[in-house]
Amino acid sequence: MTMDPRAAMHHSEVAVSVELQTPDMTLNLGPQHPSTHGVLRLVAQVDGERVESVEPVVGYMHRGYEKLAEVRTYPQITALVNRIDWTSGFANEIAFVVGAERLMGIEAPPRAQWIRLILTEMARMANHLVFVSSYPLELGATTPMFYALHERERVLDLIEGVTGGRFHPNFNRIGGVKPAAGGGSSQKKLAQDLPKGFIDETRFAMEKVFEICDTMDKLIVGNEIFRGRTIGVGVIPPDQALAYGVSGPNMRATGIDFDIRKVDDYLPYSEFDFDVPVGENGDCFDRYMMRLHEIRQSARIILQALDTLPSGPLQAKVPRIIKIPRGEIYVRSENPKGEMGYHIISEGGRGPYRLKVRTASFSNLSVLQWLLAGVLIPDIIAILGSLDFVLGDVDR
Amino acid sequence: MARFKIPGVFVGMGVTLKYLFKKVPTVQYPVEKEVPVPRARGVIALDTDACTVCMLCARECPDWCIYIEGHKEEQPPSKPGGRARTRATLDRFDIDYALCMYCGICVEVCPFDALFWSPEYEYSEGDIGAMLHGKERLSEWLETVPDPPALES
Amino acid sequence: MNVLFDNFWALLGIKLLLIVLVVMTTALVVIYAELKLGAHFQHRIGPYFAGGRWGWAQPLADALKFLQKEDIIPAAADRVVFKAAPMVSLMAYFAVVVIIPFSPRLVVQDLDVGIFYALAAGSLGTLGVLMAGWSSANKYSLMGGLRAAAQLIAYELPLVLAVVGVVIQAGTMSMVGIVEAQAEPAFHLGSVGIPLPFVLQGQLIGFIIFMIAMLAELSRTPFDLPMAESELVMGYLTEYSGLRFTMFFLAEYAGIFVMSALVSTLFLGGYFLPGLPSNVFGPVILMGKTSVIIFLIIWFRWTWPRVREDQLQGFAWRWLVPLALANLAVTATLKVVF
Repeated sequence: MTMDPRAAMHHSEVAVSVELQTPDMTLNLGPQHPSTHGVLRLVAQVDGERVESVEPVVGYMHRGYEKLAEVRTYPQITALVNRIDWTSGFANEIAFVVGAERLMGIEAPPRAQWIRLILTEMARMANHLVFVSSYPLELGATTPMFYALHERERVLDLIEGVTGGRFHPNFNRIGGVKPAAGGGSSQKKLAQDLPKGFIDETRFAMEKVFEICDTMDKLIVGNEIFRGRTIGVGVIPPDQALAYGVSGPNMRATGIDFDIRKVDDYLPYSEFDFDVPVGENGDCFDRYMMRLHEIRQSARIILQALDTLPSGPLQAKVPRIIKIPRGEIYVRSENPKGEMGYHIISEGGRGPYRLKVRTASFSNLSVLQWLLAGVLIPDIIAILGSLDFVLGDVDR
Repeated sequence: MARFKIPGVFVGMGVTLKYLFKKVPTVQYPVEKEVPVPRARGVIALDTDACTVCMLCARECPDWCIYIEGHKEEQPPSKPGGRARTRATLDRFDIDYALCMYCGICVEVCPFDALFWSPEYEYSEGDIGAMLHGKERLSEWLETVPDPPALES
Repeated sequence: MNVLFDNFWALLGIKLLLIVLVVMTTALVVIYAELKLGAHFQHRIGPYFAGGRWGWAQPLADALKFLQKEDIIPAAADRVVFKAAPMVSLMAYFAVVVIIPFSPRLVVQDLDVGIFYALAAGSLGTLGVLMAGWSSANKYSLMGGLRAAAQLIAYELPLVLAVVGVVIQAGTMSMVGIVEAQAEPAFHLGSVGIPLPFVLQGQLIGFIIFMIAMLAELSRTPFDLPMAESELVMGYLTEYSGLRFTMFFLAEYAGIFVMSALVSTLFLGGYFLPGLPSNVFGPVILMGKTSVIIFLIIWFRWTWPRVREDQLQGFAWRWLVPLALANLAVTATLKVVF
């Protein structure tokens, strides 16, 4: 007979509290707490080590991007949106730029799209490398952080070499990628193509990334303590994942095979051969493995993209002053953390009338209250970490 | 017979032991320095001669951290008997690096190639007011602007 | 000289001073080893500039910095207990050093019930932790302190049971006696008697149990729940600062040294190594064996994640205690048979 572990837990607890009635303690985790990734606040009612209920409080990092976008022009907004989720800055820009392009009825040339795709996958890789290394940190293993961040630095260096920024590339432009190099005056208006040596360096870095994934397999995934801490902990069933709007690797860990890269065409992913890892149990361990596999898949995509990199211009023809005709559009992209979407409403001006940002972390976090009821205090941290959120992405 | 498997905890110890004897990649910052890539967005350099005080950069800046003032100056006619021309002269060109978010839009929109990115990064200050670089300071950075990198064909 | 040594109080004073010096310096060395080894395990350099080469003065510099910090006592704290807690914690490990023999003669006091006393005194350290957790008037501290107490109760039993195996085999509870028992030939190869430490004389399981339980007693990874920094901020240390924090910090590392020395004495033959005169080289041999154990402890710390409270308890009661009892039964049986 299978019994819902949650119900069983509750059952045993009732039996205990007949004997010993103790008042619950309110434990306030955050907003300043080492494991809340910034300024998330969790108000937990705990009974000893057992958590009765948790109320997440968000909004400590609200920066008002949606409002800010209403008084900024489209080129300025691309510089702002990559700050929403700073661990994968490049990926944030894509959906917005593609949305604006679609409203204007233009399309970026193939080479620009390929470069966008390569850098997006690099951003995904950088994000997941942070996750696979910092998640053990929540469980007390400090070492993987240093190993994986070293390889992540390689990836960020590659991004910096192309875009000039490690975290906030601001490289996408409506109609292509960044046009001006800002170097010597004669070449200033030349398109900013990939710097020489980029392809070889990337190939080398991808090898290293595959290596670090294997190291993580040995160091963490095989570790019995790690498995004990994560397997069967924080299980999200598929129906709950859908009900709460959980997306990205967190959703795929529950067994739902859905990847926006496969179903939408915001970037030419259909040209490439890659697998979407899908989990079985939806527990912390599966969520961890999803990311580890996705790093490998991203590396595969990048290696293929390097082989098929088309030549040609980097910019479609766009007017000097960008005005988007009246209309509205919602474009979503598969960000490292899940589905990220921009709903752009244009009244025909130089900036949007309204920009709604759908961020992955916010929806992923909404499952917390349901998920954390009845777990142990150490599991709060284990589950929290496994959802892979960034507070900038939650509060915007 | 199933092969004996080393428990994962000890495999992990093998990994850390291997790293114990590896060469450390640390760069001891003030002593050794990494060379930033040529495209790195370190600091903005200003070519005062090229600037025409058109204010495009100040207007496009997403957080309005560029302050420009200028005035028109009478220029003597280029050939005798010609018309006297006016030329815009730069009085003030400040970038507040305490506000700047290094997006690079100003460099991009400049139609006269007056602004450049330099990869220099060592200009931190103890006082927030000192982060406001005037036009003299900004033109000093001009020497450090590298040639653009060669491109991948 | 003789006057000094004959006077009970003078002798006691000298001995105490010596112990404090030895424990303090070794604690600093262990801290340095932890910083440096931990750094290299993690692919970084660690202390580098302090004291010139290799940052050898880093622990000293740290201690000096902590001494300058403001000594904060929370308004709601139980002041007396709050102040006493770090001293209790540190004192416990000083008390254990008293019976550790560095050579046949270099031992402060060779008690008849030596190991019994060591275990009793050693667990006082956890009492200090519990006091700190309770008196801080902080929920994180309280949970850290209670976790430490739960851990102590769960792991003291296998620890003692593992030691009982050694005591049965040695036939004495005196620490010097235990070492001497390991110095006697375990078997004869022709006419040459081969002495073996207890870990090779059938106490391997006891050794493993002792090591695991020791990690839990010291609240080291993977049993560092009392100060699990990702969950409880800093556990029982959350409210401590300055000098009192330094005392806890020193106590932690003094504890590592003391417990490692205890393991070396009980299971690895202590100051005895075949072929070297114990009277001269005793301290060096003991320190060598201790360093190996300390290296292991540091290695564990920088590799493993942390277990959960229920797993920790389950592991102790379901596995360690039965295993220790079985080990004890087998040892006792063999002792009677042979």
